[in-house]
Amino acid sequence: MATLTFPIPRPIHPTGVWGWITTIDHKRIGILYGITAFVLFLTGGIEALLIRVQLAAPDQDIVTPEVFNQLFTMHGTTMIFLAIMPMGAAFFNFIIPLQIGARDVAFPRLNAFSYWTFLAGALMLKLSWVLGAAPNAGWFAYSPLTGLAANPGHGVDYWIVSLMLLGIASLAAGFNFLVTIVNMRAPGMSLMRMPIFTWMTLLTAILIVLAFPVITVALIELMFDRTFGTNFFVVSAGGNPILWQHLFWVFGHPEVYILILPAMGIVAEIIPTFSKKPLFGYPVVVLSGVTISFLGWMVWSHHMFTVGLGPVANSVFTVTTLIIAIPTGVKIFNWLGTMWKGSILLNTPMLFALGFVGMFTIGGLSGVMHASAASDAQQQDTYFIVAHIHYVLFGGAIFGLMAGIYYWIPKVTGRMFNEAVGKFNFWLLFIGMNIAFFPMHFTGLDGMPRRIYTYSSEMGWSFWNGVSTVGAFLVAVSMLIFVYNIAKCWLRGEPAGDDPWDARTLEWSIPSPPPEYNFVEIPVVQDRDDWWAQKRRQVRRAVPVAGGSEDGVEHSIHMPQASYWPFLVSIGLFIGAYGLIFNFAVAALGGVLAMISTYAWSFEPVNEPEETPSH
Amino acid sequence: MEQAIPPAAHGAEHEATTTGLNHRKLLMWAFLGSDCLFFAALIASYLVYKGRSVVGPFPQDVFDIPVTSVSTFVLLISSMSMVLAYSALTRGSLKVFRIWILSTALMGMTFLAFQVFEFRTFATHKIEVECAGLEVQELTAIEQKVAEGCAAGVEKVVEQHGLTPKTNLFGSTFFTLTGFHGAHVTIGVIWLLSLFLYSFRRGGVTPERHLDVDLAALYWHFVDVVWIVIFTVVYLFGVFEGFQ
Repeated sequence: MATLTFPIPRPIHPTGVWGWITTIDHKRIGILYGITAFVLFLTGGIEALLIRVQLAAPDQDIVTPEVFNQLFTMHGTTMIFLAIMPMGAAFFNFIIPLQIGARDVAFPRLNAFSYWTFLAGALMLKLSWVLGAAPNAGWFAYSPLTGLAANPGHGVDYWIVSLMLLGIASLAAGFNFLVTIVNMRAPGMSLMRMPIFTWMTLLTAILIVLAFPVITVALIELMFDRTFGTNFFVVSAGGNPILWQHLFWVFGHPEVYILILPAMGIVAEIIPTFSKKPLFGYPVVVLSGVTISFLGWMVWSHHMFTVGLGPVANSVFTVTTLIIAIPTGVKIFNWLGTMWKGSILLNTPMLFALGFVGMFTIGGLSGVMHASAASDAQQQDTYFIVAHIHYVLFGGAIFGLMAGIYYWIPKVTGRMFNEAVGKFNFWLLFIGMNIAFFPMHFTGLDGMPRRIYTYSSEMGWSFWNGVSTVGAFLVAVSMLIFVYNIAKCWLRGEPAGDDPWDARTLEWSIPSPPPEYNFVEIPVVQDRDDWWAQKRRQVRRAVPVAGGSEDGVEHSIHMPQASYWPFLVSIGLFIGAYGLIFNFAVAALGGVLAMISTYAWSFEPVNEPEETPSH
Repeated sequence: MEQAIPPAAHGAEHEATTTGLNHRKLLMWAFLGSDCLFFAALIASYLVYKGRSVVGPFPQDVFDIPVTSVSTFVLLISSMSMVLAYSALTRGSLKVFRIWILSTALMGMTFLAFQVFEFRTFATHKIEVECAGLEVQELTAIEQKVAEGCAAGVEKVVEQHGLTPKTNLFGSTFFTLTGFHGAHVTIGVIWLLSLFLYSFRRGGVTPERHLDVDLAALYWHFVDVVWIVIFTVVYLFGVFEGFQ
């Protein structure tokens, strides 16, 4: 096999920090994603606490209005793009290859590229606090707030380029998991035998692949307006700010399902395991997921009911939005049906999963309320919407992801967390979040607009805002407990064993933590809950690896080798993105680095020739 | 075709797959699906703003359909030579492969040269008004403005009213859409030239590794198909009456 040689030798068995930088092992990348996303989640939490402190009482000026605008913009962008999405990606990375019986993802180096580009985008956004000014136009950055006239600083530019980087990272991951799930399933794992989390990940990957190009175009148009003087959103030239809203929400509503489908998948893994019953109505759950992903493209204008699109548009989008509540409701009944007459074990992951079901249902109900255009006219841009989004994304997505962390941390670390601390963590979080977010329904219906930096004491919103702030701090405390519990589990938890939950899916059939190659033998799947079935019948089915006995088999498994090119491409993109804001020469430099590294990557074989078996 | 390759020949990427499709081929199709949405959003932006420009030049002022037809023809023919290149490679004729892949790249470059020429022409677009027998009602708004320069003894007024991305909505949407298509063609040309050069390396491009060329061909055909849409929606609909 011919290869071009490059001056720097390839890292064959790197260790230490260099090992993490060049790793292409999906499990290590998953851990990197998880830890990075959680740290960023904490920074978004600090921003939220500052918002809550400012709003705790009327007429306060702890932060200036300008900083307040930056806080809510950064909080929203951070939580959606830097916390929930990458936490989902952490699960995709760690769990999906294990659930489908594969040794890695389809494109291991592309996977490393996704992580490093995500980190580049995250750093770019967060650095805006230090390097100049943070963006201040809200997480959906409506035009004309983002135009040069209203927003001459560089905050919006940072927001644009970091979202572009994050989009590239998400697209790369979306392609990778789409191909991995479609093409790398163990023998016998037909689509309708796939674990439900794998199904939801497949749907999420499809949504990412189709939704992110649209926001990319919107970002390009905005960037061209600001940098090259084009007229896309310039009203005096005939431009229409509503175009931004359409492009943003055509992406933005599928994005909502990109955030929630992985959490739904996690919960649908946990509830059957701890109810000791298979998932009730598995085909219906799959079909609901598919329906949600499809209908998710037809509801975007419900974010724009008060824009004035006219009664026909408002009616159509009211109907489609009400329809999408049906498959969502079906899923909730599937989870309830799974628990019906099951022998339920109420441990920490199960509590979080049940918390998800309850809180997501509340968020779903308020969602149905503003699905109606007439009712939404009262609720648009009030704290009622803030309450809704936090019930679906905090009570929903975050609870689901935390349930997943508690459920799979024994697999990731090989160690068990403290169950008592975990339960305390759950109850404090559950109570804290309801104290923080439920009062927002009241203040919202009372007319309190979102995104105001303070309010007069005469408005009558003081009491419930104070309550919300108390709740926010309870949430913060319980997050610290969570960090303590997970860190302690990782460092000195009791050994967990390979299958502590008597679980159903293939990742529990291998050691904890899994070896680098995951499966010594590729499993052969004959059932939907295959690992359960294998345990009940006391048979293990697998395809033995060609060549070598059981003992020597580990040496005959050839895993893809580490590579630093993905890391270098991401650095090139980071420099290029920074240059797009300030200096096109710097942008060109970054582009050249990215291009050279891409070339080197293309010509680098998955394994060095001398390592591949001779043929 | 895929089954003919020994599975161990090219490392882990050629392992047996669930669908029988190669991972990279599936990736390319997924990418093209994604790219469809990218161009769809750009074309949608163009159509939303069609006829909304406050000042000229407008499509019918600048478009030169015969010239663009030539470049369109060249790009479409390049798809055929791409097919011939791939076919030559799978039949094991590396020399013929080189001829066709190079001519594909050259045709791509010809298209790009036309695009550069077109952008320059638009940017320096001039408006001429004959002052003799002036019928103000028959002039477009921008021509009327130019005609204000007609004074006694002046036969003809010429003013430069170039179209740039800054000029109006038409300029913004047109240059962004066709510019990103041009960027796609540029990447394709670099890819084809890389394959051409790599084919001189022993074992670089071989019939067994035809997938390397197949993927480039898929991309190239896609870029062509997108141009058919752009040429129809932007150029033809922009000029012919009834579509305006």
